[in-house]
Amino acid sequence: MKIPFSYSLRNLWTRRLTTALTIAGMALVVFVFAAILMLAEGLQKTLVDTGSYDNVVVIRKAAGSEVQSGVERLQASIVETQPEIAIGQNGKPLLAKELVVLIMLPKRGSDKPSNVVIRGISESSMTLRPQVKLIEGRMPRRGSLEIIAGQSIAKRFKGGGIGETLRFGMRDWTVVGIFDAGNTGYASEIWGDVDQLMQAFRRPVYSSVIFKLRDSSEFEKIKERIETDPRLTLEALRETRYYEKQSEMMAKFLRILGMTLTIIFSLGAIIGAMITMYASVANRTGEIGTMRAIGFQRRSILTAFIIESLLLGFIGGFIGLFFASFLQLFTISTMNFQTFSELAFSFTLTLDITYKALLFSLIMGFVGGVLPAIRASRMNIVDALWAS
Amino acid sequence: MGNKSPIVEIKNLNKSYRRGNQILPVLSGISLDIDEGEFMALMGPSGSGKTTLLNLIAGIDRADSGIIKVGGVDIPSLSENELARWRANNVGFIFQFYNLIPVLTAFENVELPLLLTGLSKAERREHVEMALNVVNLSDRMNHYPGQLSGGQQQRVAIARAIVTDPTILVADEPTGDLDRVSATEVLQLMERLVHELGKTIIMVTHDPRAAKMAHVVKHLDKGVLNAHSQTDF
Amino acid sequence: MHILKLIFKNAFRHKLRTFLTVLGVTIAILAFGLLRTVISAWYAGVNASSASRLVTRNSISLIFPLPLSYQEKIRQIQGVKTVSYGNWFGGIYIDEKNFFANYAVEPKTYLELYPEIVIPPDQKAAFFRERKGAVAGIKLAAKYGWKIGDLITLKGTIFPGNWDFVLRGIYKGRDETVDETAFVFHWNYLNETLKQTIPRRADQVGWYMIGVSNPNLAADVAVRIDKAFKNSLAETLTETEKSFQLSFISMTEAIVIAIQLVSFVIIFIIMAVVANTMAMTARERIGEYAVFKTLGFSGFHISGLIFGESIFVTMLGAALGIFLTFPVAKIFSQELSTYFPVFNVATETIYMDIAASLLVALVAGIFPSWRAINIRIADGLRRIG
Repeated sequence: MKIPFSYSLRNLWTRRLTTALTIAGMALVVFVFAAILMLAEGLQKTLVDTGSYDNVVVIRKAAGSEVQSGVERLQASIVETQPEIAIGQNGKPLLAKELVVLIMLPKRGSDKPSNVVIRGISESSMTLRPQVKLIEGRMPRRGSLEIIAGQSIAKRFKGGGIGETLRFGMRDWTVVGIFDAGNTGYASEIWGDVDQLMQAFRRPVYSSVIFKLRDSSEFEKIKERIETDPRLTLEALRETRYYEKQSEMMAKFLRILGMTLTIIFSLGAIIGAMITMYASVANRTGEIGTMRAIGFQRRSILTAFIIESLLLGFIGGFIGLFFASFLQLFTISTMNFQTFSELAFSFTLTLDITYKALLFSLIMGFVGGVLPAIRASRMNIVDALWAS
Repeated sequence: MGNKSPIVEIKNLNKSYRRGNQILPVLSGISLDIDEGEFMALMGPSGSGKTTLLNLIAGIDRADSGIIKVGGVDIPSLSENELARWRANNVGFIFQFYNLIPVLTAFENVELPLLLTGLSKAERREHVEMALNVVNLSDRMNHYPGQLSGGQQQRVAIARAIVTDPTILVADEPTGDLDRVSATEVLQLMERLVHELGKTIIMVTHDPRAAKMAHVVKHLDKGVLNAHSQTDF
Repeated sequence: MHILKLIFKNAFRHKLRTFLTVLGVTIAILAFGLLRTVISAWYAGVNASSASRLVTRNSISLIFPLPLSYQEKIRQIQGVKTVSYGNWFGGIYIDEKNFFANYAVEPKTYLELYPEIVIPPDQKAAFFRERKGAVAGIKLAAKYGWKIGDLITLKGTIFPGNWDFVLRGIYKGRDETVDETAFVFHWNYLNETLKQTIPRRADQVGWYMIGVSNPNLAADVAVRIDKAFKNSLAETLTETEKSFQLSFISMTEAIVIAIQLVSFVIIFIIMAVVANTMAMTARERIGEYAVFKTLGFSGFHISGLIFGESIFVTMLGAALGIFLTFPVAKIFSQELSTYFPVFNVATETIYMDIAASLLVALVAGIFPSWRAINIRIADGLRRIG
């Protein structure tokens, strides 16, 4: 590239206001683009982390989620006898029969209620979920009205903090512990003794059975057996797949909305870049003629102007990303369309998103600048000199 | 001038412009020879085609028909890209409004044509410093055009024009935008280029003082040359 | 009206630049309008709800049912005119992707309570007569090519098994706020089947819908209903239909707020673009403005020219954007019908479009105007040529 890089850079600096405005437009678009990707990534991460590949979730056939499902006691016992289930340290199968219901709880500071998952757990439930760790207090005593709450619940919901009480099912329940579930969906759940909860809600059936495979490759075998057993009307999924399905609707929605917005916004920014670059070319007609007269080839002119608009895009992209990275301080808490339950997830910035955002900004810069650059390179020398 | 063939040979040159449906002839059957080391002035009323003739010699415009040879090279036969390369090595430009790149320093402006050669950074520096020395502006190397007076800018432009040691220098109204003192400076400089460095200069001008500096003055009127010697002045 | 002519001519001096700016504004207004339409679609349920209807559900959460026996008790409460009930069925039609609302209702009282659901009388009668009969919204029927008499099978999720229905009616909404993609069938059909398959789940209602005789006293009736069932096995929570719908939205509030924010971002982007254009244009014409001043025009006049041009260009783009919003919204409504059964462009949205454009035009004109007002004639004249 024969024309020095500093030429492009300094020309941007000379028309500072215009450059700033154009970059601002680009930055805003990249900000939105990155934000959307970060949101989808955060959602994805929450759900992927929520399951373990070696765990299996058994729910009623076609139920869709634990909340809609019902597993009879007898059916649960049949599942418990399967040989493929791993044996825990205490010599018993690593299997938990759980109850999942939704209750409405008011949020802190707003009184607006939200649907929260209450999960009745058994002995092995904690072991089956290594992502969950008790960080404050203790586990609820068997047969008591004690519960533990996920961090997100403790933070966001009235009565969810340690020592506080919640009232549901006509009883008062005391929060005796808080657990850290990282980014997983469990962070928005409350756990208690399954038998107590079944009684309180007068549910005679479980919602699901969760167990760990002794050998991950045996999944297909046990799945087939469970699903074809005439006594059972159940289906089995790997836990990771189960949670993935839960978010499909939301993820799709975010993606469609997100991409549509991004395309529309980027058109706005590209138009801004185009206007700027066309004006830039128009203002420097004399220079262009001079450089051509001196002997610079057309493609050198083309390159110089494209570099200028690429710079606009890149700087805008960088700034947009910079501000987008602050979004990581925020957590979104909303209702999952599919499960009707509370889901909290945050914006997650990955290296992949960074590349994508910068690439996107470069593309915007390129598309905005290519036509004006072509115009600059094709100028007739004499006309250009005359016009100056 | 000697037995050497002219550095610029023009035979039967024709050029017209189209305006709307009309075709306006600008140059008709021009023939002209310019020797090496000659300082030629082209004069004539507005619209006489003198700038067009200059543009054709410099290779920034194309003739409709006729022969133009500069330094033995047949200009009309070159492609656009070849022409650009030819200009880089063979033509130095001096414009009425200097046409310096505002965002580059004086040094960088003079260096610009050298970027088209294969010279190293150090070699380029040498040439630039030499050129700026010739025009007496070594102390203003790092100033931007905006910080220089008209006369100084034109001298930078001249330095840029000679830095690649081109075959010919073309100047379009070089003193047109200068005050009297600066104009004189610039013309004296151009004279030195011819006498001390043996450059060939073809200059379009209105300015009789400029014409006085030239060896040969040609008059163009309505696209036709009237040969004249400078003795009339 | 020479000023207007001047503004008009000025705007088209740089055809390409004006074209691009107008295009930019058009796209931005289009995007803004669509986003606001998405937000109003979110609130569609709220808009369609009535202040004279109440919803009673289990106070723990929606997934817990209420006994059928409550129907009588509710009917006897002072102020209650009609009582209907239903269960969310959540059945799948062929594939999970084909999502639409389907629920079991007590047909006669339900249709009485919702006069905005309009069914031709003969279809209504056929629906009432047939136990496996079902009624579908006209948009839903059109989407899957259903005709009266078709057999439609839904795979149960909450209530397992394959459930067969015969389409006996297709309803239209009385006005554009009504969801025309719903599917309703006989509560009795659900209940009778449950009595035979899973008896313990029979005789349970998902929620009660209550029509009150005096909408102004709706709140009192709600309190009375809940009082009647306090300390019973299934405590109730009764609220107006509107507040019931709002509670759903508040759960997804975060997303709605995000979309609102984003819709404002687009306005800022386009503001940057138009301001850029005006700044550039004004800078190039500084010389001319100086000339105007020498002729006796004041800074005021000049800023009038500048604002005039800014407004002209922006409003042109806005007009195009508003015009295009309708056909584009139509396309969107078909693509997103799964998420937004009701997707209409509100008049309010158009007003917001216009307001946003004016704001952009004014902001874009400020800096160049300020510059033009303050330029000293001599400085400006020097810039010509």
